[in-house]
Amino acid sequence: MATLNVLVLASLLYVVLLFAVAFAADRAALHGRGAWLRSPWIYTLSLSIYCTAWTFYGAVGFAARSGLEFLTIYLGPTLIMIGWWWTLRKLVRIGRSQRITSIADLISSRYGKSNLLAVLVTILAVIGTTPYIALQLQSVTLSFAAFAEADPNASLGDASSTALWVALGLTLFTILFGTRNLDANERHHGVVMAIALEAVVKLFALLAVGIFVVWGIAGGVSETFARIDASEIARWDVPGSRWVGLTLLSAAAFLCLPRMFQVMVVENEDEGHLRTASWAFPAYLMLMSLFVVPIAAIGLDIMPAGANPDLFVLTLPLQEGREGLAILSFLGGFSSATSMVIVAAIALSTMLSNHVVMPVWLRMTGGTGIVVSGDVRQVALLTRRLSIAGVVLLGYVYLRLSSGGAALAAIGLVSFAGVAQLLPAMLGGLFWRGATRIGALTGLLVGFAIWLYTLFLPSFGPSVILSQALLEAGPFGISWLRPRALFGVDGMDPLVHAVMWSMLLNTFSFIAVSILSFPKPLERLQGAQFVNVFQHSATTGTWSGGLAQSEDLLLMSQRILGAAEAQSLFSKAASRQGLSGYLPEPSPDFLQELERELSGSVGGATAHAMISQIVGGATVSVQDLMAVADETAQIMEYSSQLEAKSEELARTARQLRAANTKLTQISEQKDTFLSQISHELRTPMTSIRAFSEILRDGKGLSEADGEKYSTIIHDETVRLTRLLDDLLDLSVLENGQVVLNTQTGSLSDLLQRSVRAAQGEEGQLEIKYGQIDQNIVLTTDLDRLAQVFINLITNARKYCDAKEPVLTISTQRQNGQLIIDFVDNGSGIPADMHAVIFEKFSRISHARVGGAGLGLAICAEIMTRLGGSVGIVPAQGGSAFRVILPPATVSQATSPAA
Amino acid sequence: MSQEQPSVFLERRAYRQRRMADAARMLPVFGVVLFYLPLLWAISGGQGRATTYVMSFLFLAWLVLLIAAALISSRLPSGAETDDAFKDE
Repeated sequence: MATLNVLVLASLLYVVLLFAVAFAADRAALHGRGAWLRSPWIYTLSLSIYCTAWTFYGAVGFAARSGLEFLTIYLGPTLIMIGWWWTLRKLVRIGRSQRITSIADLISSRYGKSNLLAVLVTILAVIGTTPYIALQLQSVTLSFAAFAEADPNASLGDASSTALWVALGLTLFTILFGTRNLDANERHHGVVMAIALEAVVKLFALLAVGIFVVWGIAGGVSETFARIDASEIARWDVPGSRWVGLTLLSAAAFLCLPRMFQVMVVENEDEGHLRTASWAFPAYLMLMSLFVVPIAAIGLDIMPAGANPDLFVLTLPLQEGREGLAILSFLGGFSSATSMVIVAAIALSTMLSNHVVMPVWLRMTGGTGIVVSGDVRQVALLTRRLSIAGVVLLGYVYLRLSSGGAALAAIGLVSFAGVAQLLPAMLGGLFWRGATRIGALTGLLVGFAIWLYTLFLPSFGPSVILSQALLEAGPFGISWLRPRALFGVDGMDPLVHAVMWSMLLNTFSFIAVSILSFPKPLERLQGAQFVNVFQHSATTGTWSGGLAQSEDLLLMSQRILGAAEAQSLFSKAASRQGLSGYLPEPSPDFLQELERELSGSVGGATAHAMISQIVGGATVSVQDLMAVADETAQIMEYSSQLEAKSEELARTARQLRAANTKLTQISEQKDTFLSQISHELRTPMTSIRAFSEILRDGKGLSEADGEKYSTIIHDETVRLTRLLDDLLDLSVLENGQVVLNTQTGSLSDLLQRSVRAAQGEEGQLEIKYGQIDQNIVLTTDLDRLAQVFINLITNARKYCDAKEPVLTISTQRQNGQLIIDFVDNGSGIPADMHAVIFEKFSRISHARVGGAGLGLAICAEIMTRLGGSVGIVPAQGGSAFRVILPPATVSQATSPAA
Repeated sequence: MSQEQPSVFLERRAYRQRRMADAARMLPVFGVVLFYLPLLWAISGGQGRATTYVMSFLFLAWLVLLIAAALISSRLPSGAETDDAFKDE
C-alpha cells in the first residue's frame, strides 16, 4: 500500500492543475476571450470561500459535539444573500462607483477618507484573520497526519514541515496571480477561476463522502435517520441564545470578513450577478451542510472512542478502506483551506499596502516622491507582494506558537466575533447620514477592546495571557469586570456573552458619539454619496483646482497608472473639454475622475492625499454642501449658482485668453514670416544678381573665378527652389490635391533609411533605439512617412541643445494603432509653444539655425493625409514627438520582413 | 387613445417590479421566522424534539426560501434598469 505516496502525488497534480487553470484564465482574459469568466456562476462559486477548512472538516466536528447548532454558521449568510436587496445591492453599487479596494477602504472613504480609520480596520482585520489562516494550515497538517497514521509503511517526518510547504506554495500562487496588476479594482481572473474550481471540488468531495456514508455504510435514508435517532445527538437541545446569537454573528461576519468583502464587492463585475448568487449561493451552502449530521452521527457510532470528530470526513472513508474517496476528501479539505488563505492574503495585502505602507512612504518622501523620484507602481506592487508573504507567514508563526492545540478549533467563531465589530460602522455608514468619523472610531475601538478582553485573550486558555485569578475574580478583584461575566452577567455562554457586550457597546458608543460630534464637510459629502448612492451615482465635485498644474498631475499619474493609461486618460479628458493634446483643464470633474481612477490602485485616502499635495488642498464648494445638506435656503442656492457661474466664466475666460494668445502668436509669426520669406528670397536673389552681373561684365575673369561664381549662383538657385518646393508642397497638401503612393515595407527599414538620410553631413546626434518591433509592416505612402521621420530627426539634430544630444526612437502598439516616439534629451519645447508649433511659419527661436518653419507644418499635414497624427507629449524630459499611425496601415509580419 | 397604451403598460411593469422589490425585502424577515421557529418547539416540547425532525424541517425551509429567492430575483430588474424603475426610491 502506498497510500501516502499516492496522496502526495495527487496533491501535487492538483496544485499543478490549479496553476494551469489560473494561468489559462489570466491569458484568456488578457486576450479578451472568455466572456464565461464573467458569468454569475463563477461569481457564485467564488463566494464559496466562505466555506473554509473549518466548514469542510469542522462542521462535522461541530455537529458531533453540539448537534444542529453548526447550521447557524450557514443560516446567517443565507439570510444575508436572500436579503440582497437590503444591503448587498447597495454595498456592491458603492464599491463600484467609489472604486473601493477593501473593507478598510470602504469605511475610510465613507468617513471622509480618514486614513486613521483605515489603519484601525486593517489592524483589526489582520488580528482577526491571522488565527484563521493558522487554522487552515493546521487542517492540512492534521489531515495529512491522518493519512500517515492509516498507512503503516509511511512515516511522516515533521508535521510542521507540511504546513511550511503549504504556506510557501500559497504565497507563491497568490503573488503570481494576485498581484498581476496594481489596480485592485480589476478582477483577478486567474485567482477567481482557481477558486471557482476549488469550490466545485470541495462540494463534490463532501457530497461524495456524504452519499457514501448514507447509502454505503448506513444503507439508505431511513436507516440513517434511525442511526441519528440512536446517537448522542438525537435530541434538539440547542440553547436559544446561541441559536439566535450565532446566526446573527455569522450573518455579520459574512458581510465584514475581509476575504468575503474581496470576492463579493471588490471582484464583482456586474451588479446583476447578485441576482443569481442570491439563491444559488444559499443552495451551495445547503448542499454543503446536507450530509454533515449523518456523517457526524455515523462517525460517532463506528469510529473508535476518542477519535477526533473534526476529521470524520477523512477518517470514515479510510476506516472503511475507501482510499480513493479519502483522497478526494483530502483534496476537498485542501481546496477549502487554500482558497481561503489565497483570498484573505490578497485582501489583507491590499489593505496593508494601501493604508499602512503607502501613506508612510508618502510622508517619508514628503510628497516630492510622487513627482520626482522612483516609480510608485513598483513600490506599491512590491509592498503588496511582501504583505502577502507577511500575512501567510504570520499565520504559520501563529500555528507554531499556539502549537496547534484545541485552542485553534474554537478560533473560527472568535475570529467571526472580531471582524463583526466592523458591522456597526459599515451599516451605519451605508444607511445613516448622521454617522461620523469620530463615532465610527469610538465604536470600533470600544468593540475591539471588549472583544479582546472578553473573548480573544481568554481564548488562549487560563494563565496563558490572562491569569487564572483575573479570569475568576476580575482585575484587582473587581468582580463585575470579570472577562466572562461583565457587569455581573453570569452563567452565560462565553461566546454569546462576548458578542452581546461588544456589539451592544460598540453600536451604542458609535451612535452616541456620532450624535454628539459634528462631521467635517468631506465626511458629510461622502456620507450623502454613500447613503443616497441610488439617487445620484454621479458625484459632485470636491476639488477646486483652478491653478493646478496638469503637467505635475500627469507626471504623478504616469507613475501610478503607467504611462500609456495615464496619457490616454488625460487626452480623453482633454478632448472632452474640447482641447487637443494631453493636458486637460484641471476642472473639478476631471480631478474627481482622476482621484477615483487612482484610488483603484492605491486606495481612496492615499489618492486623495496625493492629489491634494499637488492641487493644494481640497475644498468643498457651497454647491457641494447644498447637495449634501438638502437645506434649500434660497439665498444660499442663489449664491452657489453665482459661484458656479463665475467659476464657469473664469474657465471660459481662461480658454478664450489661451485662444487669443494663440491667434496673436500666429499673426505675429505670419508677419515675421513675411519679412523672413522676403529676406530669404531676397538674399539669394541679390547674390545671384551680383554674381551674374560680374560674369556678364567681367571680361578679364579667370577660368577658376568664373567657375566659382557660377557655382555660387547655382547653389543659391537650389536654395530658392527648395524653399519654393516646401511652400508648394504645403499648399498641395493643404488643398488635398496630393496623390498618395501606397507601398508596403517594414517599419525598421524605413526608420533606418530615414536616420541615414537625416544624419547626412555631420553625424553628431546619437540615435538610440528603444523598443522596436522588427516585424511591423506598414502599408501606406512610405516616402511621405519617411519625409516626416527625416524631418523629426533633423529637427532633433538642429535644435537639441544638450551637450551630447541623444535621440531615442521607440514604438508601441495601442488598440491596434502604431505609436512611434522621438524623444531627445534637450531642454524641450516651452509649454507656450505647444499650441503653435505645428502651425505654418512657426519657429521656436529666431536666433537659431535657419529653415522657414515649414517642416513641422508639413509633417502635420502629411500625417493627417495618412490618417494618423503627430503631436507633442509633455513631461518626457526633452522634446518628445509622437507619430500615431492608424490600425489599417499596420500589420504584423509572420516572419521578419525581408 | 391607443397611443396611450404603451405608457400604461410601462407603468404597470414598473409597478410589478416595485412589488417584487418589496417581496425581496420581506424574504429575509420570513427566513428569520422560519429559522427561529424550532426554538419555540423546544420550549413547549419539554425534552426536545428529535434532531432528524428539526433537521428535515430546516432543510425544507431552506429549500422553500431559495426557490422563492430565485423566483423573485428573476423578476427584479438589474443594473441600469434598476435606476429607471426606482428613480424616486
